[in-house]
Amino acid sequence: MKEAASYLRVFLTFARNSLVRDMTFRTNFLLESLASLSWMLANLGFYLLIFSHTRYIGRGSGWGQYEFFVFLSTTMFVNSLVQAFFMANVDEFSEMIRTGRLDFALLKPIDTQFVISLQKIDWSSLVNFAAGGVLLAFSLVKLAARPANPLQLEPLMAVLYTLYVLCGVAILYSLMIALSATSIWLGRNQTLYDFWFYITNFSRYPMEIYSGPWGRPLRWVFTFLVPVLVVVNVPARLLAQPLRPETSLHWTLAAFAIVATVASLAASRWVFNRALTSYRSASS
Amino acid sequence: MTARLTTWWTILRICLEERLVYRGDFALGTLMRFLPIITQIFLWQAIFQARGSEQLAGYRYEEFVAYYLLTMVSRAFSSMPGLASGITRQIRDGEIKKYLIQPVDLLGFLFLSRLAHKVAYYSVAVGPFALVFFLCRGYFDDLPPEAATHSAVTAAAFVASLLMSFVLAFFLESALGLVGFWWLEVSSLLFVYMLFSYFLSGHMFPLDMLPQPWRMIVNAIPLKFLAYYPVAIFLGKQTGYELAGNLCLQFSWIVLLAGVSRVLYWRGVRRYSGFGG
Repeated sequence: MKEAASYLRVFLTFARNSLVRDMTFRTNFLLESLASLSWMLANLGFYLLIFSHTRYIGRGSGWGQYEFFVFLSTTMFVNSLVQAFFMANVDEFSEMIRTGRLDFALLKPIDTQFVISLQKIDWSSLVNFAAGGVLLAFSLVKLAARPANPLQLEPLMAVLYTLYVLCGVAILYSLMIALSATSIWLGRNQTLYDFWFYITNFSRYPMEIYSGPWGRPLRWVFTFLVPVLVVVNVPARLLAQPLRPETSLHWTLAAFAIVATVASLAASRWVFNRALTSYRSASS
Repeated sequence: MTARLTTWWTILRICLEERLVYRGDFALGTLMRFLPIITQIFLWQAIFQARGSEQLAGYRYEEFVAYYLLTMVSRAFSSMPGLASGITRQIRDGEIKKYLIQPVDLLGFLFLSRLAHKVAYYSVAVGPFALVFFLCRGYFDDLPPEAATHSAVTAAAFVASLLMSFVLAFFLESALGLVGFWWLEVSSLLFVYMLFSYFLSGHMFPLDMLPQPWRMIVNAIPLKFLAYYPVAIFLGKQTGYELAGNLCLQFSWIVLLAGVSRVLYWRGVRRYSGFGG
């Protein structure tokens, strides 16, 4: 318990230091926030364009405009959290291995993965989290106010939604740290890091779109082998198209998401530790 | 004249050799760049199924997929990674002085090194591209008779437009980079450019999907020539006078932007003062 408290204190110090650093260059911070916000708006424009040509994504899938916007805001939550807390750090990790600066992290009397993963927090990425909140609220109001089959929100849904968003963040984080840990073996892995972007690209749309002879195996791979499809799909579906008891398949998926989260975290921890044993300092 | 040609040839050769050092990484990276297209293909499949109608903005589903695949080709010609930011960096840290002292023209040198970069890129990328297009050849089966798969004229126009998209993108981004003579840091300008080119060059979606007034805006700016336009030619969306007129328009943009970057360079050099050593 005492240990957990000290880890929390270290984390809060990291958070404060990052905020101090960000606030030192306030205009830069503002510009960065503005940049990620305008990128988000442009993306929203793209989806508005799509929905000006169709009412649904996928026949009978139930992903209409506002359901999809719930999905989109969930993507924004997950991505902004990953970006704010882990992206810069994991990126830095590969660089630390290459330059030998990892020595300093190894010497500290604290869990190495913890220090590596959280030492810098990119506060400006959380702007998209706020934007996601606005979009989510707007879409939920629209869904609750529609005449046919209005959406009914329950407190349990909010709890589960939060839980599954965090699961999604954990899955993406595991994938990222495991990929970058491999740079201990490979020396450098720019391509692998790009690979991460391309893989998570699959998580951006409702899983129903992967159908047909090519889509089904793809969906299987990205659900069970590399579980990026459950990252956004499970929480978004929970809110936009409540999991009903009769759709037992969906409950199975929700249960599986928990298993996948635990498994990814454990697997990435294993890869990380294995990689560390192969680390030969590159410093002078 | 021969001396100048020898210089150019040497520059081209050096850059080419420089680029071919990391072949394997190149080929793998190129293949992976097709991955996001898979998602797009499934997305549009779902949209077409939900609509239930044959066409969207004048495109059948197969044409939509062909469109995405072909934009990869036009992007391979018109993307200029690091060009504008490189120019600004050279201005800022004083490297640009080398072009003022040596009898080498900055824009000419950059153009040749870009050309070498592209040639090296294609010589490796042709493999992955051929593989993907071979696997996806079914999407090109039922194109109209005006499409490049049936008509030699269209194919020639497609190639011409692709080559011009390379030159156009080069001068467009050079001009942006040369603004660095005045601003020193152009990353915010580049961000705005990237944002607009991402959505209005047509590599996210066929520009025919846009409603007015966006359609008008897109037609008034040169971005459509970077991704959308060569592909539209290939798919047979443009014929006759319209085709010829637009090719001329593309050429005029090149002349205009080449002029702009020349003037920017000339005036920039006059107000430039060297810092550092």
